[in-house]
Amino acid sequence: MNLGLTLLQPQAARRYRLRRVLTEAGSVMLGVVLAGWSLLPVYNMLLIALDPEEGEIEFAGNLWTPEPSLDGFIETVMQEARYLEDFWSQFENSVYIGLLTMVLTVLIGSLASFAVSRMRLGKGSLLTNAALLTYAIPASFLIVPYYSIMHSYGLSNSLWAVIAAQVTFASPFAILIMQLYARLIPGELDDAARIDGASAVQLYLRIYLPLMTPALAVVAIYALLLAWNDYLYPAVLLSPRNATVSVVQGQLFYDNDAPWNAMMAAAIIYVLPPLAVLFALRRYVAASLTMVGPRV
Amino acid sequence: MHGSDFAWSVAFAVPYAAVFCAFVVYPIAYALWIAARPSLYADLIADRLYLPTVVNTLVFVGLGVNVKMFLALLLSGFFMRRRWWIKALLGIYILPWVLAAVQTCISFHWMLIGEQGLVDGLLAALFGIDGPIWFNNRWLGLGSNIVAYVWKWMPFWTVIFLAARMTIPRDIYEAAEIDGATGPRSFVHVTFPMLANLYLICILVSTLWTLGEFTTVYLVSGGGPAGSTEVLATLGFRYAFDANRPELGIAAVMSALPVLIPIVIVLMRRAQASEVQL
Repeated sequence: MNLGLTLLQPQAARRYRLRRVLTEAGSVMLGVVLAGWSLLPVYNMLLIALDPEEGEIEFAGNLWTPEPSLDGFIETVMQEARYLEDFWSQFENSVYIGLLTMVLTVLIGSLASFAVSRMRLGKGSLLTNAALLTYAIPASFLIVPYYSIMHSYGLSNSLWAVIAAQVTFASPFAILIMQLYARLIPGELDDAARIDGASAVQLYLRIYLPLMTPALAVVAIYALLLAWNDYLYPAVLLSPRNATVSVVQGQLFYDNDAPWNAMMAAAIIYVLPPLAVLFALRRYVAASLTMVGPRV
Repeated sequence: MHGSDFAWSVAFAVPYAAVFCAFVVYPIAYALWIAARPSLYADLIADRLYLPTVVNTLVFVGLGVNVKMFLALLLSGFFMRRRWWIKALLGIYILPWVLAAVQTCISFHWMLIGEQGLVDGLLAALFGIDGPIWFNNRWLGLGSNIVAYVWKWMPFWTVIFLAARMTIPRDIYEAAEIDGATGPRSFVHVTFPMLANLYLICILVSTLWTLGEFTTVYLVSGGGPAGSTEVLATLGFRYAFDANRPELGIAAVMSALPVLIPIVIVLMRRAQASEVQL
């Protein structure tokens, strides 16, 4: 018995070690595959953007540009490339829509969720159900009616038409996530503040908003990304005169003759700001994901 | 509740109520009113693009949702491993979700454009084979759309499942391990049962969103060749803005209601019955 154990042990230990090495090698391989999978389209953007010539040789199936150059980026920033003459004013439109969508969604969503979850508004569940219902409707299905009703609201070709649409589709998530998060704040806080004579507005400003910061950050990022990523609504509701960056790029996507090195440079410039915002707010996002995420 | 409090809480709820009436109720009512004419649906059936589009939509949603969710569930387990490089990899892995959809879809389009694209260049360099012209074939084009869609949205769902996995108490795994459930068995007998409810809800929500997906199809394959990879959302857009028949565009997306409504009802019931909300 004793002899058998001493004979067996090294073998079992070896098998155990082998299995660990294999698992480790497997996860490294999976990691490499995942990194390649995630980065390939990004690499493709960079590859085309770094090409010196416009329109002709960047699509040669090359794995790396023969002579990388920053011409595309320089032409984009200086607005010298064809189709990108108004790049910065289009960028400004995108920023304007993104920021206003963000602010209005946070404002409207936090007010509504405060009314429902903290003030115990009588028919508050109606509001939650309305939000849930909106959340379930694919935004793209409403584009045709939107096109008509924006005319009747006198908002055709206005940036506000796009902002209104984005706020409509972002605020349901805002309300639902804020209501979930608000349950984590004890109601005794409100009662204590009440006894000290705080009004509803003071409760909202001094207690609700400061304690809800992580949820507000998540909602802000969500609204910004939604507006920043969308193509359909700005493409339909805006005229070429006040188009956004995405609209211009989307409308030219099949055009072989467009200066694609500059177009891709513009695309890279466009995708960077949300990355910066997300990086700046990553602490809050992680905090509210671990608290609220599992209950989603 | 004091009278002034009630007034205040109503005042706080009014902005969202106004948005809801002006930008949800009114457009939906308008759409229903326009789409109520039965003759529109005869026109739809008569259009040679409509029925293939319905098939495309079903394939796009069926594969797009299930492949994405299943891989996300498995990969969330991979990202649970405590290694510094796996944490760093997570940062790269969620990049597709943060990058703007329009620009990455265009990148997919050029990557798959044929022998001038990066993918065929890679295929030639690695395996010495000539890649196909992806957008000249209906199924390759549809597949490209699905791959781009999975690329974009898998990270988001992985993070959701990752957050959920983190809440499963360690002791359950330890107890299961004593009973002999390790490795894949602990996934089947512990992890999956704990996440099954969430998984189902995520599938339903994702089905709704995928059904309405516009950007990927419009910008990766562009609906081509000859409109054979369109889905309902893009076909509705073409009817309304290219063919100038808005009422037909509304009818096209309305034909998704028989799938949409049951899912919405199930989700609303679940949301009311439990804590679960999305």
